[in-house]
Amino acid sequence: MTMTGTDRIEKSIVLRAPRARVWRALTDAKEFGEWFGVVLAGPLTPGARVKGKITHKGYEDAPFEIIVEKLEPERLFSYRWHPYAHDPKVDYSSEPTTLVVFELKETEEGTLLTVVESGFDRIPLARRAEAYRMNDQGWASQMKSIERHVGQGS
Amino acid sequence: MSGRGAEARARTGRLRIAAPVFAALGDVTRLRLVARLGTEGPLSIARLTAGTDVTRQAVTKHLHVLAEAGLARGTRQGRERLWRLDPTPLQEARRHLDLISEQWDAALARLRSAVER
Repeated sequence: MTMTGTDRIEKSIVLRAPRARVWRALTDAKEFGEWFGVVLAGPLTPGARVKGKITHKGYEDAPFEIIVEKLEPERLFSYRWHPYAHDPKVDYSSEPTTLVVFELKETEEGTLLTVVESGFDRIPLARRAEAYRMNDQGWASQMKSIERHVGQGS
Repeated sequence: MSGRGAEARARTGRLRIAAPVFAALGDVTRLRLVARLGTEGPLSIARLTAGTDVTRQAVTKHLHVLAEAGLARGTRQGRERLWRLDPTPLQEARRHLDLISEQWDAALARLRSAVER
């Protein structure tokens, strides 16, 4: 894991549902597809390459494939993929993938789910950016976020 | 069809800009150089080296990697060369990541409504 501010995305969310319920929503191919927005062609088993059809309007022809890495029941689910590789005319297979890891922890309120997607530094990411949204974060705040990651001085 | 072609060309253009930026930023020493140039403004190699254990040669090499990615620029000032940031490509890279981050937020919100109902 590198320390850069551009290599990874990390998200945490507390779900008011038992761990077993969240695990099923993540790893049952049909349930995964419902919230993720894809119809998967097969079950999610370790090592499987699972193709799918994206259900979001406008992306129906986009290639979709995940390579399942680990399934540790009710604890960890991970896969690799080509993030937002939406252009049906492009062959992404030779490009590096990102790694997506879901981790589950039981808490008093329900289940703490952490998602980490990493490996962006090796990816020609611009290709995947369909929309081009200006954000008005200035240079100063960009710097602050970099400083937070690397600290000052050498 | 011509509109699609233009769109594809624009996308390829953005790709060319962002790929080397991500590579250039994948190094802690270079990120530190970026952070210093961002907070202290234009600096000479001597200033960038002072007080660190990174050699002058190494700093020069890293600055050239940043320059090739379009992140930094060196301009001659008297006997020295002053290095400054060119923030545009960095903002571009950041923006793509923000976009994917938002897509995760939306997906997790859908997951929440699926498991909490």
